[in-house]
Amino acid sequence: MMAEANKEDIFAANKHTEIINNIKKKDKNEITHQEISVIANQIRRYIVEMVHLANSGHPGGALGLADIYATLYFKILNHNPNDYKWDERDRLILSNGHVCAVRYAAMAVAGYFNEKELSSFRTLGSKFQGHPSTRYLPELENSSGSLGQGLSFASGTALGLKQQKNNARVYVCISDGECQEGMTWEAAMAASHYKLDNLTAFVDYNKIQIDGWTDKVMSLGDLGKKFESFGWNTIEADGHDIKQIENAFNKTKEISGKPSVILFNTILGKGVSFMENNPAWHGSPPNKEDRDKALDELNSLF
Amino acid sequence: MLINDPLSNNIEKKATRDGYGQALADLGEKNSKLVVLDADLSNSTKTSTFAKKYPERFFNFGVAEQNMLGHAAGLASTGLIPATSSFAMFATGRAWEVLRNSIAYPKLNVKIAGTHAGITLGEDGASHQIIEDIAITRCIPEMTVLVPADYWQAYNAVFAAVEKNGPVYIRLGRPGIDMIYDKETPFEIGKANIIQEGEKIAFFSTGIMVSESWKAARLLEQKNGIRPWVVDFHTIKPIDIETIINISKKVEKIYTFEEHNIHGGFGSAVSEILSENNPVKLKRIGILDSFGQSGKINELMDYYGLSSKKLFEKVVSEK
Repeated sequence: MMAEANKEDIFAANKHTEIINNIKKKDKNEITHQEISVIANQIRRYIVEMVHLANSGHPGGALGLADIYATLYFKILNHNPNDYKWDERDRLILSNGHVCAVRYAAMAVAGYFNEKELSSFRTLGSKFQGHPSTRYLPELENSSGSLGQGLSFASGTALGLKQQKNNARVYVCISDGECQEGMTWEAAMAASHYKLDNLTAFVDYNKIQIDGWTDKVMSLGDLGKKFESFGWNTIEADGHDIKQIENAFNKTKEISGKPSVILFNTILGKGVSFMENNPAWHGSPPNKEDRDKALDELNSLF
Repeated sequence: MLINDPLSNNIEKKATRDGYGQALADLGEKNSKLVVLDADLSNSTKTSTFAKKYPERFFNFGVAEQNMLGHAAGLASTGLIPATSSFAMFATGRAWEVLRNSIAYPKLNVKIAGTHAGITLGEDGASHQIIEDIAITRCIPEMTVLVPADYWQAYNAVFAAVEKNGPVYIRLGRPGIDMIYDKETPFEIGKANIIQEGEKIAFFSTGIMVSESWKAARLLEQKNGIRPWVVDFHTIKPIDIETIINISKKVEKIYTFEEHNIHGGFGSAVSEILSENNPVKLKRIGILDSFGQSGKINELMDYYGLSSKKLFEKVVSEK
């Protein structure tokens, strides 16, 4: 097993990409939850390799979000990889930019660019900057990295779409740690004030931030109740159960008169046993040995 | 030009923030993409006229300037042209990092108006008197920074800013100041306006200091027989390098005037160009690295040595 991961060219066409391509041939509604999990697994493999090759980056949060991103790109989003500027597209905004490896990988799998390009992650001139930038990758909706600004951006986008009578929805990924930024709550107030029911925020609620467990660093209290008291519709779901993820997103489409937030309970490092729930993997890259171990685990899930 | 004699007693006064408010109200009809954002200061920033005329395109964010700029970025991403409005202190100071990361870095088409800049905010005192905004906006890559000298220039600067794709900061003032230009005076971003040609010395000014330095120049001509060049640099960035170098070759000394800390502001920008190209003598006149304070506008201008009378005295004593 170890030898297999050791030699593997992750980004090349192989038996894994073949499986994925067969799934992609299907209509969005026909893709099963198990197949979404397979896609998420592929995304995880890419994440591990990207962060390993770059020898820097944030694997933990990215791995924890793979199931949600796979569901978004293959079940939820109204999007077109061949026309990323399509006016009617749903906007997926990433606020906690450090987890961008999951987004780059998910977009590659969805067909926005060739998987091989992912190997340039975090290198000079790369499309795939260490934190996402529209300057380098115009296929993104926003640039981020500095925490706490994405919810304002998303709320502004939702307001702009509504103002122009565009029915596209806005989805924004935020982290629990980011909820320590005051600006997040300024945005929460405004999105509710302007009744932005075309906005769905989702929290990567893994209870871990770079300095450790969120409860130890700075307690967030009852996040759901906080959003609720700001006038939001609040849903809580398992961020690794595809059915729950899909249902949660779909429920937010039915809400009118207020924005929605989904608290996705997630596990940092999900899919790689030795990374799971370990704050040390928030922002550290796997070395060769860790990478091989991680890939072996992920390969066994296919 | 609207006037010939800056020392005349009957020059009409109007605030540059009024020029901003009027320009928005007039642009609203021409440009359906224009949306105006404010942070609980719409009467002071003069966006209330636009708000009454186009309520569906006016958004108040309450006392939350960072959030206002963050929303502007999102609105711009949908193709709208947001003009954010607050006191310069909060628009650039409080919200600097949002301006840098959410607006400038992704090169979004947002206009940032900062009113009540400088010490001429008056009685509210130093907590609100920003004298650092030129420095902290011009250091952001690719930002455009405009500092209009009077009402009509501010009006035309807003039109030019909306015309230009990308982030533009417009520095505006609270008090009524001399109207030296008319509506028809051309305004081109990046092109300094030579008010008068002269000899030996040149006065380079920006914002409210344009009319003050023009007055000082006239006093100098009347009393000492020296006629300085007087040049209005309404664009701090991109600065008019060509005009700076051309005039520097014709004079022995250049004075820069700004209602801003002399560190990092307009004088610094001019000195950077001069020292690299033609290092003639330069004297930066502005706030000498101190905080402002409460007071009447005229008192403050005298106290900080920025009134035309004090400028005149300063230049005479320097010679």
